[in-house]
Amino acid sequence: MCLGIPGKIKEIYEINNIKMAKIDYSGVEVEVCLEATPEANVDEYVIVHAGFSISRLSEGEANETLDILREIDKINQQEHNQ
Amino acid sequence: MTINDKYRNRELVQRTIQEIKDTVTQKWHIMEICGGQTHAFMQYGLNDLLPEEIELIHGPGCPVCVTSLELLDKAIAIASHKDVIFTSYGDMLRVPGSEKDLFSVRASGGDVRVVYSPIEALKIARDNPEKQVVFFGIGFETTAPANAISVIKASEQGLDNYSMLVSHVRVPPAMHAILSSPMNKVQGFLAAGHVCAVMGFKEYETISEKYKVPITVTGFEPLDLLLGILQTIRMLENGQFQVKNAYPRAVKYEGNIQAQAIISKAFSECDRQWRGIGIIPMSGWKLRSEFQAFDAEIRFNVDHIQTKESEICISGLVLQGQKKPFECPAFRNICTPQNPLGATMVSSEGACAAYYRYGKQLNE
Repeated sequence: MCLGIPGKIKEIYEINNIKMAKIDYSGVEVEVCLEATPEANVDEYVIVHAGFSISRLSEGEANETLDILREIDKINQQEHNQ
Repeated sequence: MTINDKYRNRELVQRTIQEIKDTVTQKWHIMEICGGQTHAFMQYGLNDLLPEEIELIHGPGCPVCVTSLELLDKAIAIASHKDVIFTSYGDMLRVPGSEKDLFSVRASGGDVRVVYSPIEALKIARDNPEKQVVFFGIGFETTAPANAISVIKASEQGLDNYSMLVSHVRVPPAMHAILSSPMNKVQGFLAAGHVCAVMGFKEYETISEKYKVPITVTGFEPLDLLLGILQTIRMLENGQFQVKNAYPRAVKYEGNIQAQAIISKAFSECDRQWRGIGIIPMSGWKLRSEFQAFDAEIRFNVDHIQTKESEICISGLVLQGQKKPFECPAFRNICTPQNPLGATMVSSEGACAAYYRYGKQLNE
């Protein structure tokens, strides 16, 4: 339940006055509540807990963190080469 | 390939482990708060790859495990009412109460249903106006916005046959409790990434300063977990105690303001009983007085419950990081996921279930 899963927004709509979205988890589509990330758009990734989107995933930040890790990689390689 | 898949890159995982090995010079005890992270460490075999100087202490971040026996017994009593449809996240159904679990209520004819989200429970209430629909609102900060919005919407839409049995818990008060304990061994924390995605990590700065412990906000993929360990180890080795964010793609300093507004609209802070641990002051959320009509504890008058814990199970000590699952005489023996004595063996986030599933039997 606490395991948040990132899914891609396919469609945004309202049911009974609640902002909802169809989310795609690598081929499996699930309906989730979008009330806490109302600015999220179609094709964007959100993290979903208990059928509720809690956070928009930032692709920019994701790549930046990977760059930091690749830097470690480079430093390691340089040390190994010395 | 999703963004998260990139965080499973084997080569980067190996390089990051090497960097951790090169950084660490002495024994350190690090607690991952979140049960989801405990499982992820074992699922990916990362705990076996880390240097032996790093001991992971598994935290109490499993909502199913810490939901008090009293509330579970209340849930069982409410679910046994003949005009009630009792809805819950699936994990709660097999958690042993004093005498039985929610599955046995279903087996004896009770209408107990597993839902993926409280929004589904709302729909069940709308479709069954002649029934009382109760949702078991457990969880940490991650499930709080979903649980809160169901009550807010039920109130707005006049869904009088919906109510919630609330057992919400919050992470920071539990960290205070762990760090204040004379038995504490924890020197650094991996903070639960998704709790911080909702709440931000300002509150953790106070903890870090007060107890002089480094805290790293950490995600759930292999590289996230290793980066969390690396950042924490670097701070420990340098004598620093700060809060760092190793999961910026999902977590902002201030958290999700809209989610926090939804939580505060429905809930206020209260003392909360944690199973196996005891009462932690101001560690829970309860429904605000304006939503009391949706409080199942009040609606069903279940105050007379007498609880009885298993005498053998040591899940309380496991939850506090003081014992490992294999130190329990019942582990794998009379306590298994099929016949659990304690909640830590039931939940997909419980430490005993993780050790059982991933073969951690001896002091490995």
